[in-house]
Amino acid sequence: MSGKQRTATYPVGDSYVSEGVIAAASSGPAAPGPAGEPGEPLLVVEDLRVQFTRGGRRINAVNGLSYELLPGSMMAIIGESGSGKSVSSRALMGLLPPTATITGSVSFAGRELIGMPEREMRELRGGDIAMVFQDPARSLNPTMKIGAQVTEAIRLHSDSDRKGAHARAIELLRMVRLPAPERRFHEYPHQLSGGMRQRVMIAIALAGEPRLLIADEATTALDVTTQAQIMELLVELQQRLGMAVVMISHDLGLAASYAQDVVVMYAGRAVEHAPTATLFGNVRMPYTRALLGAIPALEREPHSLFEVTPGQPPDLSALPKGCPFRPRCPNALDRCVEMPPFREHEPEHWWACWNPVGDETGNGEQE
Amino acid sequence: MTAIDDRRGDARAGTRTPLLRARNLVQEFPARAAGGVKGGVVHAVSNVSFDIYPGETLGVVGETGSGKSTLARSVIQAPRPKSGAVEFQGRDLMTLRRRDLKQARRQMQMVYQDPFGSLNPRWRVTELVEEPLRGYGEGNADSRRRRVAELLDLVGLDPSQYGRRRPFELSGGQCQRVAIARAIALDPALVIADEAVSSLDVLIQAQVLNLFEKLRRELDLSYLFIAHDLAMVKQVSDRVAVMYLGQLAEIGPAQDIYRRPLHPYTAALLESIPRVDPVTGTAHKPTALPGEPPSPIDPPSGCRFRTRCPRSQLRCAEVDPVLEERLPGHQVACHFPLDLPDPAMPPGPAGATLAPAPVPASATDPAPTAQTS
Repeated sequence: MSGKQRTATYPVGDSYVSEGVIAAASSGPAAPGPAGEPGEPLLVVEDLRVQFTRGGRRINAVNGLSYELLPGSMMAIIGESGSGKSVSSRALMGLLPPTATITGSVSFAGRELIGMPEREMRELRGGDIAMVFQDPARSLNPTMKIGAQVTEAIRLHSDSDRKGAHARAIELLRMVRLPAPERRFHEYPHQLSGGMRQRVMIAIALAGEPRLLIADEATTALDVTTQAQIMELLVELQQRLGMAVVMISHDLGLAASYAQDVVVMYAGRAVEHAPTATLFGNVRMPYTRALLGAIPALEREPHSLFEVTPGQPPDLSALPKGCPFRPRCPNALDRCVEMPPFREHEPEHWWACWNPVGDETGNGEQE
Repeated sequence: MTAIDDRRGDARAGTRTPLLRARNLVQEFPARAAGGVKGGVVHAVSNVSFDIYPGETLGVVGETGSGKSTLARSVIQAPRPKSGAVEFQGRDLMTLRRRDLKQARRQMQMVYQDPFGSLNPRWRVTELVEEPLRGYGEGNADSRRRRVAELLDLVGLDPSQYGRRRPFELSGGQCQRVAIARAIALDPALVIADEAVSSLDVLIQAQVLNLFEKLRRELDLSYLFIAHDLAMVKQVSDRVAVMYLGQLAEIGPAQDIYRRPLHPYTAALLESIPRVDPVTGTAHKPTALPGEPPSPIDPPSGCRFRTRCPRSQLRCAEVDPVLEERLPGHQVACHFPLDLPDPAMPPGPAGATLAPAPVPASATDPAPTAQTS
């Protein structure tokens, strides 16, 4: 994304903001974080596959996902329900039930995560790798005060004493700009709004000073004005702490606005991957095109029809032969029964399609 | 489009009566705290008035707790609002007896957000769609069967393939089609869609939204279309009403609301939507509105948005703003609407101003953000 400063549309003059720091965060490209070697990817996912067995049927949730993430960068994984975007991140966190079969490789700062013993994993999880989920109400313990939950996370990942942890907890709550942190410290989750609860979840995630934060639909349950606040906070923290962020979302607008790189997933595979401006400015994968045509746009006339993609997402237990998008694809060729490889066709622009948008050919003209 | 415009033109000239006329609707609920009853009243809907004309779609947007769902329920009298007037097809619903209300409701149907939750999981699709027909004693078994098949065709479900299925054998989008078939079974004049596509994935959502549009054209339906997504509401509606904390902040033609928002809250809402231009791929990065909505149990005095409003003045706390028509068909409840210069001319930190350009930046200048560096 660009390094241009946005002009604030509203003067910042609210009690809410005066609590903390910061006007609108600038959106410069992140410098490589202090945690990672410059240029070396922090996270390398290679041919990740996840299968579940349910009622005798094998569900192929993730089917060969590969990507790399640089330290301090923000990447978005977008896709619809069942595209494997959440399952793949849970797989690398070791958060899937034992019924899941995971193959492939995920290397985090040089350490292999797949097959890592649970004891080591527990140290990483919430430490170097943290996760924020969609529903802050269900992620927090309703019977514990906010402060106790943040303090617990701090003490789990450091050897600070009670007093130090308390001070650090207040500091974290202030960092996520929770209004009146000293007072909120002694409140229960139900006394907080959804946005404030998500701020607390982020504070807990930051307790272990993570190098990688996975935000799984972290703003989906929030109102759009609150979502903008939380995203600004995440971008600011990402840059200030040099943390890498993987943002999992179904919202293309959100990905386009905040991420530096975007991975589009369909039926458990990455189907397009590029820097944000390249991807949205020069869409090659017909599926990405379909998504863009289907989202409501403020620019369109009232009562204008949406571009429609027929059919349903594929059944993950009976994937079609070849490209999984073929039955719904306007560009489908006979050749598409053969799986198109996911390749870097143009510099930094990966896609998996035999007949990409912009270079369409008919069936007769195939090589 | 033109047909609608004409109708609305007529309406303004007073030659056409509204299908639905809501005046000064108020709905309040006693607030209960954990462990018992505690004082306090949730001001869910406060003094809301609007009209829906035949064939028109009125969109309602607002955030969680803005009262948009309560508004819909007040309209269908479930439960009856605390005060106000609801006139539907010339009849005052507030004073109708139960039996008459049932007859009136035949003409207004709802589609809810949760497609699975709103269908009886043990019934088959044909039974689900037949239920409203049976409930109102329409025809005999044979004619109902034909009508069900016709309705399923209309919503794009092949009766022979889907008729025998139960909700769990359908996807979310298909369930929502069944819910829509139920809603239109009795040939209603008004369909109230309350977040009807919010739980669907974007490709399926587009299919269902197009279905709504097709039915509107073919059956001459009116919609009260409620959603939290302003972009979506704008694309499906003739007019848009923006709600904040139980009140109407602004109501006007959909294009106007987007091109010339008058209420600072509408402008902030437009600015908060992260979006990407489907053609150029340019992103519009949101600007966050500070603060959170206050509690509806104890709403601020005067203008309820004033605690977050960048243009707020002393007067906003003292005097309740009332809806006022500032542009043709475009009303706003604000003492300092955006077509007037900023009351404060703020000596703001970065010289940030809002006054000269109430139009969202992207409307005129599509590329201030998101370019490759």
